Amino acid sequence: MKFYRSHVLVSIDPASVAKGVHELIDALQDELVTQGLIGEVQVLETSQISEHPEGLEMVVYPEGVHYTGIQIDDVPYLVEEHFLKGRVVKRFLAKETKPSDEELGPPKSKEVRVVLRNCGQIDPENIEDYIIEDGYQALGKVLSEMTPEQVIEEVITSGLRGRGGAGFSTGRKWQFAKSAPGDVKYLICNADEGDPGAFMNRRVLESDPHSVIEGMVIAAYAIGCNQGYVYCRAEYPLAVKRLNTAIKQARAIGLFGNNILGSDFSFDLEVRIGAGAFVCGEETALMASIEGRRGEPRPRPPFPAIQGLWGKPTNINNVETYANIPQIISRGAAWFASMGTEKSKGTKTFAIAGDVNNTGLIEVPLGITLREVIYDVGGGIKNNKNFKAVQTGGPMGGCLPAQYLDMPVDYESLMSAGSIMGSGGMIVMDEDTCMVDIARFFMDFTQDESCGKCTPCRVGTRRILEILERICEGEGRESDIETLEMLCRQIKTTSLCGLGQGAPNPVESTLKHFRSEYEAHIREKRCPSKVCRKLIHYNIVDACTGCLVCARNCPVNAITGERRQLHVIDAELCIRCGICEQVCNFNAVEVWS
Amino acid sequence: MIKVLEKIPETDPLAIPTKHAIIDQVLDFNKNIPGATMVVLSELQSRIGHISIPMQAYVAQKLRVPMSEINGVVSFYSFFTTKPKGKHTMKFCMGTACYVGGTSQLIDKAKQILGIELGQTMPDGSITLEVCRCVGACSQAPVVVVDEDMHGRIPPNKLPQIIKKYQK
Ligand SMILES: Cc1cc2nc3c(=O)[nH]c(=O)nc-3n(C[C@H](O)[C@H](O)[C@H](O)COP(=O)(O)O)c2cc1C
Ligand code: SF4
Ligand code: SF4
Ligand code: FES
Repeated sequence: MKFYRSHVLVSIDPASVAKGVHELIDALQDELVTQGLIGEVQVLETSQISEHPEGLEMVVYPEGVHYTGIQIDDVPYLVEEHFLKGRVVKRFLAKETKPSDEELGPPKSKEVRVVLRNCGQIDPENIEDYIIEDGYQALGKVLSEMTPEQVIEEVITSGLRGRGGAGFSTGRKWQFAKSAPGDVKYLICNADEGDPGAFMNRRVLESDPHSVIEGMVIAAYAIGCNQGYVYCRAEYPLAVKRLNTAIKQARAIGLFGNNILGSDFSFDLEVRIGAGAFVCGEETALMASIEGRRGEPRPRPPFPAIQGLWGKPTNINNVETYANIPQIISRGAAWFASMGTEKSKGTKTFAIAGDVNNTGLIEVPLGITLREVIYDVGGGIKNNKNFKAVQTGGPMGGCLPAQYLDMPVDYESLMSAGSIMGSGGMIVMDEDTCMVDIARFFMDFTQDESCGKCTPCRVGTRRILEILERICEGEGRESDIETLEMLCRQIKTTSLCGLGQGAPNPVESTLKHFRSEYEAHIREKRCPSKVCRKLIHYNIVDACTGCLVCARNCPVNAITGERRQLHVIDAELCIRCGICEQVCNFNAVEVWS
Repeated sequence: MIKVLEKIPETDPLAIPTKHAIIDQVLDFNKNIPGATMVVLSELQSRIGHISIPMQAYVAQKLRVPMSEINGVVSFYSFFTTKPKGKHTMKFCMGTACYVGGTSQLIDKAKQILGIELGQTMPDGSITLEVCRCVGACSQAPVVVVDEDMHGRIPPNKLPQIIKKYQK
């Protein structure tokens, strides 16, 4: 394929044809020849760009600059300015600016976008957009030039590890499934993304579904699967819709079904939707759910590669794992392996949320430090507060304090620090976060989501939650910490699946790094971060101007006072929700513990 | 199973011809695909709004699986409900980012405005209050989802406006 520096997409529809768009395209081509740019700039036709175009329109990639109202006479000037001198011609710029993308802005320094490269850049509901970005080229290469063994070898060499949590070598996993005996084999994409605070997979499915699909078809070819499923959580209706559109469009041009791209390989893909059970992200539970049963995990071995969906050899990978595959094939294993650390290659997407300035999605090379992620990419802590902890890995991960900020982000380092990579959720917490409360929050989640099959997981998480609730309410006992530690050890070692085995992590990591907060709750009945409701009280101080705002917003009408008079909170009625503190414009509400 | 089907209450979707037709349509369309149970139940939940006990018995009969299995599946997944909900369902995101971002305060405010607890429906059937898992819009915490609409970055004093929109 020829490499073009720029692509010009010219909008063609009946209205623009009437306005002479074909003449415009001819003029563009001629001018590119005249200025010696024809090998560098490609002119393509595309469907209507904006809803109400003002004259002829085009978008220039990679910059994504949108020009409108262009006349044939303007072409020489435009070509010279934009393509030769590299200057955007302001007078043709489209007025309407695209609504800013709150989740995914332009790449920040230190970011490297591989998986997210197309997100926000192409129209996810139009397969041609993906193809223009060299989409489905890797699939073409695989089907025409590579044997399944070569594909697997390439993926092994790249060092790609599963992005769904455990970080197992993707190539080796494929090899197991390939060498498993059996004619019928299945391929699954895990799009259950249940970790609260994680939305990387959703964004890739919504904004670049074809990259995941292409990765899956390549995997199916390498392993020898003829049927695949994407298991997507029900909370992501847009992702499901876009996936279905993408599958339909790919099927229409012969990328699914029998004899794909003229080869003798056949494959088809279907989307299945979850129903709100976190444990269905676990691979064996997920397969039970596709089969139409309760999503309960089962012991492994046998591993899915040997006995998976409907008892057949099955390969299951995460969304992001598949989305990396086309790039590895097109750009080569060596390119991929040049990013990251010795054992953790490539890039990883993270969803940063919580108390940082730039929340949203990022993609960085593995091995970058937490500090770089939080301060350089994330823009530091909001409102100039102090950093307290970062939670990685979701409900089975842990909370890491400031002393780990210079630790590299890779599978092994996070594990040794008592957390996990997980799927890539990263929640940054400032000094106002109570770590006992956070541990309680995660335990509340896991005990609710435990499938109940194993007693230690079902009963043990319940007991931990009860103890944590007591501590947060100021009823903690001196022996509680020891009991918690014992319960954690027990649940970890005797649970069947990763949910039970990982459930104690938030408690263990906070006990390890923030023990003094537990002690303050238990011994002094005090919540140092002023979060736990039973241990704090609100007071209105002299700065109060009597503006009535707090009284109007208090959900239980606990605030009394005349206009322009100091207001008073009735401590008996107050449920310590903190709304008054938030709405007061004069900092007149104080919280004490 | 037959027993359950015999005494179908008048208000049950199975007793309402238009809804019964939808149920049959969903079953006919999906009954032969592998793993049909989940697909059928998801469709019924989204098109009828709940999966009543008689509906479960009917599905069991049509798919030729034991009623206990259907019931086991319905009770396992939190998206499946056996009772009808209000016209609108207001869900407060209880994911980590939203929790840290102040979901609890929003819930307090909503309870005050509507006078109902979580899991309850307004007496006039307009709104059901619920909490939900992370909906993947964490950069806009705290998030409230009403039916399919996502509302992000809501301070407690903006909540009444949103509620009003759905109470009409
Ligand atoms: C409780 C639990 C939840 C999980 N949730 C997910 C999930 O939402 N998405 C995911 O890809 N993997 C999840 N996993 C990991 C999967 O079991 C499995 O390891 C993964 O899908 C394999 O894909 P990978 O090799 O590409 O990472 C979960 C595991 C457990 C124990
Ligand atoms: S560890 Fe917990 S979630 Fe996993 S199988 Fe056992 S009970 Fe179910
Ligand atoms: S903390 Fe909440 S309940 Fe207490 S006075 Fe303030 S607004 Fe009212
Ligand atoms: S935590 Fe609320 S949207 Fe993710």
